[in-house]
This record gives sequence, structure tokens and C-alpha cells, in this order.
Amino acid sequence: MTELGLILIGALLVNNFVLAQFLGLCPFMGITKSYDTAFATGLATTFVLALAAVISHLIYHGILVPLDLTYLNIILFIVVIAGLVQLIQVYLHATSPVLHQLLGIYLPLITSNCAVLGVTLLAINQNLTLLQTLTFAIGAAAGFTLVMVLFGALREQLQQASLPEAFAGTPIALISAGLMSLAFMGFQGIGS
Amino acid sequence: MSNNDFSRGAIENNPAWAQLLGLCPLLAVSNSIANALGLALASGFVLLGANTSISLLRKIIPDVARLPCFVLIIATFTTVAVMVLEAYAFDLYTRIALFIQIIVTNCMILGRAEAFASRQPVGRAIVDALGTATGFAIALLALGAVRELLGNGTLFNDMELLVGSLGADWQLTIFTSAPLPLAVYPPGAFLLAGLLFAAVKALTATQSGPTAKKEVEKETGTANDAVRRANP
Repeated sequence: MTELGLILIGALLVNNFVLAQFLGLCPFMGITKSYDTAFATGLATTFVLALAAVISHLIYHGILVPLDLTYLNIILFIVVIAGLVQLIQVYLHATSPVLHQLLGIYLPLITSNCAVLGVTLLAINQNLTLLQTLTFAIGAAAGFTLVMVLFGALREQLQQASLPEAFAGTPIALISAGLMSLAFMGFQGIGS
Repeated sequence: MSNNDFSRGAIENNPAWAQLLGLCPLLAVSNSIANALGLALASGFVLLGANTSISLLRKIIPDVARLPCFVLIIATFTTVAVMVLEAYAFDLYTRIALFIQIIVTNCMILGRAEAFASRQPVGRAIVDALGTATGFAIALLALGAVRELLGNGTLFNDMELLVGSLGADWQLTIFTSAPLPLAVYPPGAFLLAGLLFAAVKALTATQSGPTAKKEVEKETGTANDAVRRANP
């Protein structure tokens, strides 16, 4: 139980995927222009990430390892993620128009979000069990959502700030992210 | 014509600072020149392979299924890159393994496939891939050099991991103690990349005048632009 707790906190704060491991930066920089979209993207990503990590884990240990085909992992995982995103889109469209409208345009982008593939591959590389993989994925996704939402709120303020022209837009966003990342380095001591 | 394709990909539409594509590997792997060069070569190889084969197959790939096809082609070349690095530069590979594996989700490569290679003859697609790969390499190496110099006090440290015993004495020690150790840590990557992008922006603004710059920005400013357009 403590071990699962450590994995969760580790993925959520200590090794935060965006600020310490540089995964999922494209949506982080591209979508977090406002608080609402940041939250919706975070939710959609959490959902896909947890499912993708678990399904990939099952396929890897159930099919690839017994057949000695582990070198196919990248190709297979990207197919799983893309297929999953497509399925969720179709399912949401049929069952929950509200949710589909909320998350719809962010779902296709998740396929090219390296955090999803990154978490899946990291879980396999570290030889986690199924339960550990699920915990790790949820921690990672929660950390991603947390940072997206914090940064989305921050960027709404940044747009109002008066800046030297060269720094407006991305440069100041990167520098703010650097300061956030510095703050997150303070979590390094936890669990060690 | 061909020259235009090259310099457009490398400078004006630079994947890193003009389009914000491939930011994750750019920030993650730029903590030394050796790592940066390794990733630049691997990404360049995947980009060239993907652009070439997608351009050759562009009349066969059905339009509705084009994105899955592109992703599979890119994933295949990524797997090849992983295998080659595992075989010939294993120590380097273990340091940047995850970011080699996720080249497949680098929006820069899918973006070039969708926006260029799937519509152009193979010659232009190759030039475009070389230009884009060069632009990405310039950004990676610039950031890698600055971060290694400030964070480690050296240049070309550990190059033997990439080029074998040839590179063993390439290391230049500029500072005996690192002037800014933070530079090799994650916050340093964000801060220095921010400063680099601001410097590029300031330089291009003085060259082409402030109004022209704004228009370019509107066209290329948002990350994931190509991918977003590709997903109707």
C-alpha cells in the first residue's frame, strides 16, 4: 500500500511529467491559454492515459512477451492509443453529447501527446505490475492536469501583462514554466 | 525551388522556435551536446525516412485512412532508429532512450508528413525533410551547447558515446567549476529555452520589421497547428 502511495506521489509531484520529465509539453504550451480548456484537456488525457497504460500492459505481457515480439512495442502502443482515442470519441458521441462537446476537439490531439506514450513505455520499462501501472498512470495524469490548470490560470494573467515585445507569447510562458519547475524541484526530497 | 524548401524548413518555419513543435525532446535532451546530437540525428533519420516513403506512397494511401498510415510509417522508422542505436551506441541510447522511443509522437514529423510530403513529389519531400531536420538540429545543438557550458563548464563532453573512440579527446573544458549548475536541471531548460526563443524573436523582428513579424507569428504561432488541421 505504501509502495502504491509512493508511486502515486512520485508521478504526481516529485517527477511531475510536464515540469520534471518534459512530457506533454505540446498541449502544455499550445492549449493552456485559458483555464477552462486546460481543465477539459486534462480530464480527457487522464481518461485516455489510464486506459492506454492498462491495455498496453496487458497486451505487452499477454501477447508480445510470450511470442518474443517485444521489439514491436512502439508500433503496437501507438496503435492502441490511436484506436482508444477513436473509440472514446465514437462512444462519447453516441452516449453523452454534453461530454463530447466539452472534450471533442481535444481528443484527437491526445494521440500525438507524448505523455500518453511516455507513461505507457515508462511503465513497461520499469517492469511495473498491473496495479502499479494503473497507479502510476493516474498519478502521472493527475500531475499533468494539475500543472495544466495552474498554468492555464497563470497564462490568463500573462496575457494582460505588459512585456518587452521579444518576450511576449511563448518566451515568457517558457520562463514562467521554468519558475514553476523550480518550485516543483522542492518536492525532490519526498519519499527518498 | 529546392533551396527554398530547405531554408524555409530550417530557418523561417523552424520547427522549434517558429512552430513550437517537438518541444518535449528539445527541452529534455538538450542537457549536453552529445545527447542533443544523438537525438537530432535519430529524429532526422525518422523524418527523412517518413517523408520519403509517404511521398512515394501518396497515391496509394487512401485519404480517409491517411493519418493512421502516416503514424504507422513513422513508428516503423522509429523502431529502426531504436534498434540501430541499441546496436551501435548503447550507452548513449540508455541515456536518452525514452525520447528516442517517443519520436513517434513528435508533432513535427507528423506535421511535415501531413502538410508537405503527402502532397509533393519525392524530391521536394526529401529536401523539406532535410531542411526541417537541420532546423531542429540547430535548435537542439544551440540549447545543448549553452546548457552544457553553463551547467557543466564543458563542451563536447562524452562525445565518445556517439562517435566512438574518435571523440574521446574532443572535450573542451571552458570553466573548471560550472557557472550555473541549474542549467542542466529541468528549470534551466525552460528558462534558457525561453531566453533563446526571445533572442530569436528579437533578432528576426529587427530584420523584417515589427509588422511583418506579427503576420508570420499569426500563421505559425500555435503549437500542434498542423496536427489540429489534420484532425477535422
